[in-house]
Amino acid sequence: MAKENIVELKDICVSFDGERVLDGLSLKIKDKEFITFLGASGCGKTTTLRLIAGFLDPDSGDVIFEGKRFNGVPAYKRQVNTIFQRYALFEHLNVFENVAFGLRVKKMPESEIKKTVSDMLSLVNLQGFEKRRIATLSGGQQQRVAIARAIANKPKVLLLDEPLAALDLKLRKDMQKELRNIQCTLGITFIFVTHDQEEALTMSDRVVVMDKGKIQQVGTPKDIYNEPKNAFVADFIGESNIIDGVMKKDFVVDFSGHIFKCLDEGFGSDEAVDVVVRPEDVDIVPVEKGMLTGTVTSVAFLGVHYEIIVDIGGFKWMIQTTDECFVGDTVGLYIEPDAIHIMKKSEYSGLYGDYSSYSEEMDHLSDNTQEEE
Amino acid sequence: MNKKSFGSRLVAAPYLVWASIFVIVPLVMMAYFAFTDSSGVFTLSNITQIGKYKKAFLVSILYAVAATAITLLISYPMAYFMTKMKVSSQRMVMIIVMLPMWMNFLIRTYSWISILANTGIINTFLKSIGLKPLHLINTPGAVILGMVYDFIPYMILPIYSVMSKIDNSLLEAAADLGSNAFSRLRRVIIPLSMPGVISGITMVFVPSVSTFYISQKLGGNKNWLIGDAIEYLFGAGPEYYNVASAISLILMILILLCLAVMSRFSGDEEGGVIV
Repeated sequence: MAKENIVELKDICVSFDGERVLDGLSLKIKDKEFITFLGASGCGKTTTLRLIAGFLDPDSGDVIFEGKRFNGVPAYKRQVNTIFQRYALFEHLNVFENVAFGLRVKKMPESEIKKTVSDMLSLVNLQGFEKRRIATLSGGQQQRVAIARAIANKPKVLLLDEPLAALDLKLRKDMQKELRNIQCTLGITFIFVTHDQEEALTMSDRVVVMDKGKIQQVGTPKDIYNEPKNAFVADFIGESNIIDGVMKKDFVVDFSGHIFKCLDEGFGSDEAVDVVVRPEDVDIVPVEKGMLTGTVTSVAFLGVHYEIIVDIGGFKWMIQTTDECFVGDTVGLYIEPDAIHIMKKSEYSGLYGDYSSYSEEMDHLSDNTQEEE
Repeated sequence: MNKKSFGSRLVAAPYLVWASIFVIVPLVMMAYFAFTDSSGVFTLSNITQIGKYKKAFLVSILYAVAATAITLLISYPMAYFMTKMKVSSQRMVMIIVMLPMWMNFLIRTYSWISILANTGIINTFLKSIGLKPLHLINTPGAVILGMVYDFIPYMILPIYSVMSKIDNSLLEAAADLGSNAFSRLRRVIIPLSMPGVISGITMVFVPSVSTFYISQKLGGNKNWLIGDAIEYLFGAGPEYYNVASAISLILMILILLCLAVMSRFSGDEEGGVIV
């Protein structure tokens, strides 16, 4: 077991000033996996990372590293290294000395330091930057120095606290790929924290969706997207229409005044449920062929597709379609059984998944907000 | 430098006028007096006479170095612990540190006489518990104590202000990379607080090396510093202005040399805080 799960969190609670930040969090992190904590600002994901790094001890619960309890072990004695949100590079040292910092602390012989630093700098594509001062580097270059500095210590686990948040979109995409490559090359565990769901989906082996100090769902990116556990996860990952429904029996669900076939089973008969339908899984068809009928209230052209809002009995659906529609059109909707995902009711039911107040502008604003924790 | 607009020059004008009248002109006058005799004829004799004051120069520098070193030894840990306190306590301590600065410098120094004098507070106390009185006043120790006491806020404040700006994430990063508390101090806190230390050293050393009041009040006539020499000569009449100016000039050059060595020593090109 010690080999398989490199880090284990057991029933962890943390409070700051009487406020619960982590609430009974338990998780097993496998050796060599790329796992991402995903959630909005204040969900507890950075706190979780700091627990593993050793900057913080839990009020209750255990942090276990390679089978050994690690509570109270100070950060400098842990075989983990962190890449900080704003890099936290040492401005008084040049690039070489920054990368060599951990090695000097360990009193590694000079020749070995030279070799390791130069290997690390070539791994992050910064050969020839040894003598540069930190202040003369761009954000992306500083990011690379931070990566080199952390992995030079050959940690068993690398912790990454929103490392890409400060980079522009293009650079972010490149760094995502590069981080993934570095992880494959080194063969170590990466624990990544982000509020960017796309980043989480593209990079991770497993995603941990968090909210209110609790894990909402753990799974592969596909599981999280296709089989969200509750309305929070469904809404946080991608776009979702979340409708109140009633499970008639196995494989049959009733919502929006229509009986649909679905692929879900194991609910009680006539159990109230949340139904998730992704916007890209709804087909626009002529009214007479539709399972549901509604009025188009808004159309936005996004290049690849249109994003339209359809009012069906007062509930606004978001639909992504390549067929052009116009505001005021009456359209039919067709939904395949495998496009319907049923979730149990949760504390999040009714909070998400209705596009009545949807605004294109708001969405973009919230995408750009950077997290301050 | 690119051309400044008329407006920005206008804004700087009051200080430029001030500086030229009260800084540049006196400096030029001092240099003029230093290289002329009382009838205004060029001479080097003022400079060559300075040999007589060698002892005062050496004692001044020695005392100032000692006072600066002691001040630094007290202030650095103090500033460090201040940054570790709660913000409200930090403000409180800051006020306590600055409080003496709001009182008159002469009174503060004078009050030490009543503490250190042969019949002062300390000796009265020692006698009352049956111990032999100590000779405290009019000793080098009293002068250095006076310097430390008068100038310590100028050491604590710049160090504290630089140290409190060190981002906590840098200390976390150092810990993350395997540094224990001592190693974090040596590899991160000390190098990053150097600008404050340099600034503090400057602000304590310069007034210490040129002080005359402290040495007169607490050192008696046995601890003659170069500041006392300058003060005495200027007071002795216009015929001594030339020698006094020469000493002042040499003292200034010595101070500038010390500062140049200091800033070279720190190896810090940015030097944002250096006075």
